[in-house]
Amino acid sequence: MSENTRKNGDETQKNSHGSWSARQKATWRTKVGLAEMLKGGVIMDVTNVEQAKIAAEAGAQAVMALERVPADIRAHGGVARMSDPAMIREIQKAVTIPVMAKCRIGHFVEARILEALGVDFIDESEVLTPADEMYHVEKHEFVVPFVCGCRDLGEALRRIGEGAAMIRTKGEAGTGDIVEAVRHMRTLTDEIRRLTTLRREELMTAAKDLGAPYELVCEVAETGRLPVPNFSAGGVATPADAALMIQLGAEAVFVGSGIFKSSDPVGRARAIVDAVANYDDPAKLADISAGLGEPMMGVSVASMDATTKIAGRGW
Amino acid sequence: MAGKTVVSIGILSFQGDYARHDAMFRTIGARTVAVRSVADIASLDGLVIPGGESTTIGMLIERFGLLEPIRAAEFPIFGTCAGAILCARRIRESEQLTLGLIDVTIERNAYGRQVDSFEADIVSGELGSPAVRGVFIRAPIIRATGPDVEVLAHHEDHPVLVRSSRCLCATFHPELTDDTRVHELFLSMVTQRRACYTNASVGASSSESTIQ
Repeated sequence: MSENTRKNGDETQKNSHGSWSARQKATWRTKVGLAEMLKGGVIMDVTNVEQAKIAAEAGAQAVMALERVPADIRAHGGVARMSDPAMIREIQKAVTIPVMAKCRIGHFVEARILEALGVDFIDESEVLTPADEMYHVEKHEFVVPFVCGCRDLGEALRRIGEGAAMIRTKGEAGTGDIVEAVRHMRTLTDEIRRLTTLRREELMTAAKDLGAPYELVCEVAETGRLPVPNFSAGGVATPADAALMIQLGAEAVFVGSGIFKSSDPVGRARAIVDAVANYDDPAKLADISAGLGEPMMGVSVASMDATTKIAGRGW
Repeated sequence: MAGKTVVSIGILSFQGDYARHDAMFRTIGARTVAVRSVADIASLDGLVIPGGESTTIGMLIERFGLLEPIRAAEFPIFGTCAGAILCARRIRESEQLTLGLIDVTIERNAYGRQVDSFEADIVSGELGSPAVRGVFIRAPIIRATGPDVEVLAHHEDHPVLVRSSRCLCATFHPELTDDTRVHELFLSMVTQRRACYTNASVGASSSESTIQ
């Protein structure tokens, strides 16, 4: 009934049948919709085809293609950039699950390249060296959805305001220490809870204090949740870590160095997937956690000085 | 006929957008149960397999012992997107696990990657007017349907909503909109099936002529 009634400058599929309704691509609903589909699972960092296959066979619901896992970026130093498109393409060919990739904060050309590669989600990530110290990428303009990190509600709503379709609370990537992920998840949920207790006339001041768009502040105050899914990333090394983050409010987890820097990546990858699916069942978690060998070695965040932390990148 | 009996809809809650289905069924007055183990499916009237990653959900179905119990279950099953893939009898060019509940051949990610995800109006006589807004996310395409499968809606010549005596499958995501009609359609399958059972047992134990 309503052929070609949809506009908004989106692609209209021409056809010979005259009976197809127009396809409308890259809507907010298709972007946030993919984030919804990724809930309740594990997104794993992989650096080559072999790791991507291990991740997919373990039950990862998506992979993040990058040249070095955060622990190696940390050890290696220097400037961390977008991965080689050749490597991303190989991984896209090797697995059927969604493939994500990272661009540097503010590097909209890297983002356009990743979009041209057809990655399913772009992570504008503090794990890479920021390209712009003032501005993040304007994400609404892209066909591909973006995920961005946050440490608190203001940062989350600023990124959503720019067009992020998924948020991940920042842990301290590459450390295997869960403490920062917990701190930032608790901060976010506390701030959301506080908003829901405010009177209407208090919300503008709350928006000013948070440095967040007023409309989004009003929406969160009303619904008691972020307008997009919220995942946890950084510092997850064990099945129990993953289940902890889900119980604290994460809707899925990203695992970076925690899998392929452990002694048994195959077993650990599967165990973390199983733990997220059974996050509230301690008896199952006990079985899942048994006999996994050594986790990644890890660095205690408390022993690090502020300049070596990467969660602080982005604003 | 079944009166005001509240039905129990199980929602397979390992991975995917199970929370959206849960909200949808609550809105239309069903009781919902999160399904993660065999014990959870004992007293269900229907089961939803949500959208998400079909490989991941399939592995978890197998690992946590739900494969045979779901295959053996008598209640109707509703699959959306990944759920439809898992219900299909055949998946093109893939060896991954399926429950094989409905006689269709399906192809994964058949429209392309996420950049090809889209929305479109879906017209179905079964659902009436206006059109349903179909949200297709890395969606599959149903390439063939068997004789006992009824196609309730097409998009671009491909079936997107199909029904058998056992299953309702959508390649799009009705749970991502506020339109409850597809969920109500499933609920009516569930209540009809339940009425049949109730009537059958009533018929067996007492008068056989009361209910048609």
